[in-house]
Amino acid sequence: GPNCDLVNFSEYISKNLALYELSNDGMKLSTHAQANFCRGELAKALRKGPFQVNVILGGYDENVPNGGSLYIMDYLGSCHKVNYGAQGYASNFTLSIMDRDWEEGMNEEQAVKIVEHCIRELNMRFLLNQSNFIIKVVDKDGVRTVKADSDPSDN
Amino acid sequence: KQYYHNRKMSILEYNGAAVIAMAGKDCVGIASDNRLGIQYQTVAMDFKKVFKMNDTLFVGLAGLATDVQTLDQLLRFRMNLYELREERTMTPQVFTNLLSNILYEKRFGPYFAEPVVAGLDEKGSPYLATMDLIGAIETTKDFVVSGTCDGNLYGMCETLYKPDLGKEELFETLAQALLASVDRDALSGWGGVVHIITKEGVMSRELKGRQD
Repeated sequence: GPNCDLVNFSEYISKNLALYELSNDGMKLSTHAQANFCRGELAKALRKGPFQVNVILGGYDENVPNGGSLYIMDYLGSCHKVNYGAQGYASNFTLSIMDRDWEEGMNEEQAVKIVEHCIRELNMRFLLNQSNFIIKVVDKDGVRTVKADSDPSDN
Repeated sequence: KQYYHNRKMSILEYNGAAVIAMAGKDCVGIASDNRLGIQYQTVAMDFKKVFKMNDTLFVGLAGLATDVQTLDQLLRFRMNLYELREERTMTPQVFTNLLSNILYEKRFGPYFAEPVVAGLDEKGSPYLATMDLIGAIETTKDFVVSGTCDGNLYGMCETLYKPDLGKEELFETLAQALLASVDRDALSGWGGVVHIITKEGVMSRELKGRQD
């Protein structure tokens, strides 16, 4: 979405989630709970001053089968748990790729390969030339950046 | 983003849905499709629109997905409050009135959802009700429908429905009516789910339909 809402909303959500942990004796919210909180804020704001942000929220929980879960939300506040997702113009190209490539029980390496496949497809078929993508992975050890191409503005 | 658009799409058609409920002999059935879309693009094929409120009461919500989810949460909240205070289960009639009240409260900025209520009342006889997005209730004894293909659903129900169907026949009738209707609607489909509610319990089955 537009950068203003993007920054404003994501910071609002992440800071409130951190506040929950501080206020509730270190209790961590599950990914499902965090996604529902996010959805609730989007739905509340919809009829006041909507955030034009489409969200993909992914997280790792120990007690969830396979550990990772992914939630996709649109700016109106609908939320759904999915195995793979895409927002924006990218979805027109990449959802079909993931429909084909995604399998139950893949490991991190296979998942990253699919993401790279999607990026390659966009580089080929999408009318805007954006070769600069960042790939991040969330697992039991937290969030880390797997691949970040160099910023062209550095040249 | 709307470059393939010819006509203006109403907010009730943004996500797509099909919900249907029918009464049988001492049983009710309720069914919905599985599609979640954003206008013409399909986002998920496992988004069900029927929600269990208790063992003898289901509600189906067709319309804007965000409001469908908000209403599901609100209804469970209000129902739990009622049951804590009154120390008894909520009857379908009371539930319908509650839902109507919640919708009318937002009369000039409504929830974009058109619900369908299906349950068994205290005596075990079938209860069906529907309402529009601002809570105008209509109770019937045969069938109720809602969604982007409600015209199709009305036609199928009118044709296939017979009073006093047993639970297996009711399942078959609901399944056929739903699948045939969503096949002629671009915005709903990708299979479905049917719940048959009897005194003994709830029988739920997934429907395999055209996956397009």
